[in-house]
Amino acid sequence: MEVQQFYYDNKIVKNFIYATLFWGLIGMSVGLLLALLFLFPNMTSGISWLSFGRLRPLHTNAVIFAFVGNAIYAGVYYSSQRLLKARMWSDFLSKLNFWGWQAIIVAAAITLPLGYTTSKEYAELEWPIDIAIALVWVAFGANLIGTIIKRRERHMYVAIWFYLGTFVTVAVLHIFNSLELPVSFLKSYSVYAGVQDALVQWWYGHNAVAFFLTTPFLGLMYYFVPKAANRPVYSYRLSIVHFWSLIFIYIWAGPHHLLYTALPDWAQNLGVAFSIMLLAPSWGGMINGLLTLRGAWDKVRTDPVLKFMVVAITGYGMATFEGPMLSLKNVNAIAHFTDWIIAHVHVGALAWNGFLAFGMIYWLVPRMFKTNLFSTKLANLHFWIGTLGIILYALPMYVAGFVQASMWKQFNPDGTLMYGNFLETVTQIIPMYWMRAIGGSMYIAGAFVMLYNMIRTIKSGSPVEDDLAEAPALKKLKKGRLIGEGWHQQLERKPVQLTLLATLTILIGGAIQIIPTILIDSNIPTITSVKPYTPLELEGRDLYIREGCVGCHSQMVRPFRSEVERYGEYSKAGEFVYDHPFLWGSKRTGPDLHREGQKYSDSWHFNHMYDPQSTSPGSIMPRYQWLTTNILDTSDTEGKLKAMVTLGVPYTEAEIYHAIEDLETQALKIEKNLYQDPSFVENYEAEKQAAAENGEEFIPIRKREIVALIAYLQRLGTDIKVKDSQK
Amino acid sequence: MLKFIKHHMAEIDGIEIYPIISLLIFFLFFTALFWWVMNSKKEYLDKVSQIPFEEDNCIQNTKN
Repeated sequence: MEVQQFYYDNKIVKNFIYATLFWGLIGMSVGLLLALLFLFPNMTSGISWLSFGRLRPLHTNAVIFAFVGNAIYAGVYYSSQRLLKARMWSDFLSKLNFWGWQAIIVAAAITLPLGYTTSKEYAELEWPIDIAIALVWVAFGANLIGTIIKRRERHMYVAIWFYLGTFVTVAVLHIFNSLELPVSFLKSYSVYAGVQDALVQWWYGHNAVAFFLTTPFLGLMYYFVPKAANRPVYSYRLSIVHFWSLIFIYIWAGPHHLLYTALPDWAQNLGVAFSIMLLAPSWGGMINGLLTLRGAWDKVRTDPVLKFMVVAITGYGMATFEGPMLSLKNVNAIAHFTDWIIAHVHVGALAWNGFLAFGMIYWLVPRMFKTNLFSTKLANLHFWIGTLGIILYALPMYVAGFVQASMWKQFNPDGTLMYGNFLETVTQIIPMYWMRAIGGSMYIAGAFVMLYNMIRTIKSGSPVEDDLAEAPALKKLKKGRLIGEGWHQQLERKPVQLTLLATLTILIGGAIQIIPTILIDSNIPTITSVKPYTPLELEGRDLYIREGCVGCHSQMVRPFRSEVERYGEYSKAGEFVYDHPFLWGSKRTGPDLHREGQKYSDSWHFNHMYDPQSTSPGSIMPRYQWLTTNILDTSDTEGKLKAMVTLGVPYTEAEIYHAIEDLETQALKIEKNLYQDPSFVENYEAEKQAAAENGEEFIPIRKREIVALIAYLQRLGTDIKVKDSQK
Repeated sequence: MLKFIKHHMAEIDGIEIYPIISLLIFFLFFTALFWWVMNSKKEYLDKVSQIPFEEDNCIQNTKN
């Protein structure tokens, strides 16, 4: 048999490790800044690109796609080459993957703070970046599949299946959720509206967790935990069951993010059922990971790598137990929209993703630089402050979530809400936000300790070079099954068939949920009084999207007595038919806004946006003062209306033709309303005079952004009120 | 108001077949998976679970 020599590409792995460390610290630091904004809401006041709403998507994207993403690539590039006994298929694609991905991250780090966002969670990036993501992802997949095809190991180890499953599923999710109609270079509208947009988004959102934060990391677990413990995986049989059942079931569970919303009941129940079932494969995998350490538990006492991995797998177990529990409708009724969910995702992110990435890096770096870890003591310190940081982060958030949900639902004996002012439920949990910020700081401090440890380790080692290896080439096999080979065994050495089967497996769940909802387009009960937004409201809605209001405010009144009492009539599917994209939100740091329209005066909204604490003492909402000075950009208004028409919103030709005219008329009305507030008049006239004295051009308030936002807020949820008043 | 949230699916023709197909897919999937796993030979599984340890076939750790 011919023995071939080849080099493993270690340099690309090194690059991805550096990127993981760099972006990890950035993403976590932005998270800490956000945590501090809960305590000092005006800390970044006046700097639009450092405002909470714009930074929140930056934090989530940086942690998911930059930190975890680069860790995935580092681990996949290292383990795939060794499991397949081959160098990566194409050095060019490896480099394209690396530099392309970093460029995407930089693009995200620039556009998100500037307010270019689609508002769909974890898919906020605008259409040109979406296209770049698709191309780079395909480069990664092609490189992986190319390597598999020229491999020198007949059987594809289970980790490779997880990588393949990740590649195909993320591609499908990303493409379908990012279908959007561009209006300009960095502005687009989702092709789906309302309920359909929500379903597609959470089918994506949930499976971004499943196939970006989970399956690739499970593949890494199946490689790096056996390596670190120096014993094979506990049960290979179980890993086969784990893979297929996990990818089959996960894809169905998305609707549990939309319980008690206007999503059709059947879809909600389907999501719940599959979420409960998900417990089985998740825990099967967790047990398989932990039991891999059988007979090696003494090593866990001394080896920091194993310590990190054990806590990571335990975190995976906790998060995947909690997930199904949160999907039960009665639990979800309490937890949804509260900080409980923040605790849940951070157990997953900090423990499972963070600690597995750390464990992997502590294992990889000394090997790649052919040296020993600079300091085991520092690694242990990192482990302990990280672990305590996770606990100190998660526990207060559970308490905060439970306290707030209980306060939302508390009634007086006379049937009124005990805490009718939403703010009372916020000020109550400020101490928890303090503890969260401290826990988060500890976690970041640990990561900096690791950075120092890594720098010293790397300095003491020799430069990374590509390892020379040798392995016999694979013999060509005749077609069909070999003697004594089962069909599954045959499949396990057939990458293309295995990939196709995995794709089919993940398409079933998605198709069964999404196709009927698209088909019943006309079946989402239309409410005749629901009309498209006026041009000014549409511009205001785009400002609402730009500022990331959806990060703290939901627009979905659930059909509970406590919510109807607090906000008004519960939300109906038919009210959202013109919402491209939907803005239901997933967290209520502030109150729901779906019935906000006409609740307060225009002046109240003006003052509230200018200085939230002036209208709502104790509020932790930051100021949005630039809205009161920025000129409203109406250059795309007609284009936006036309795009909406393409998406099925019934604007008439005349409405598009008179768009600017209508916009100005409505703005003038709001300006008049604002004039009813004497303190506004006083300041406004003073501003006008100052401009005249300085010879500067004065922009009347009707031409500024705030007016559009007020128009939108005053429209929210009022279509149904019109109907009621007509009765 | 309930008409806005109920009976979304009732108006689709032949919708009754839908849950039956779903159940069948589900049942067949897990039957096949069970069959796959139970029919795998122990020696074979032991061998493949050793793959991560076979890579130490590096003959030298440098590239000139």
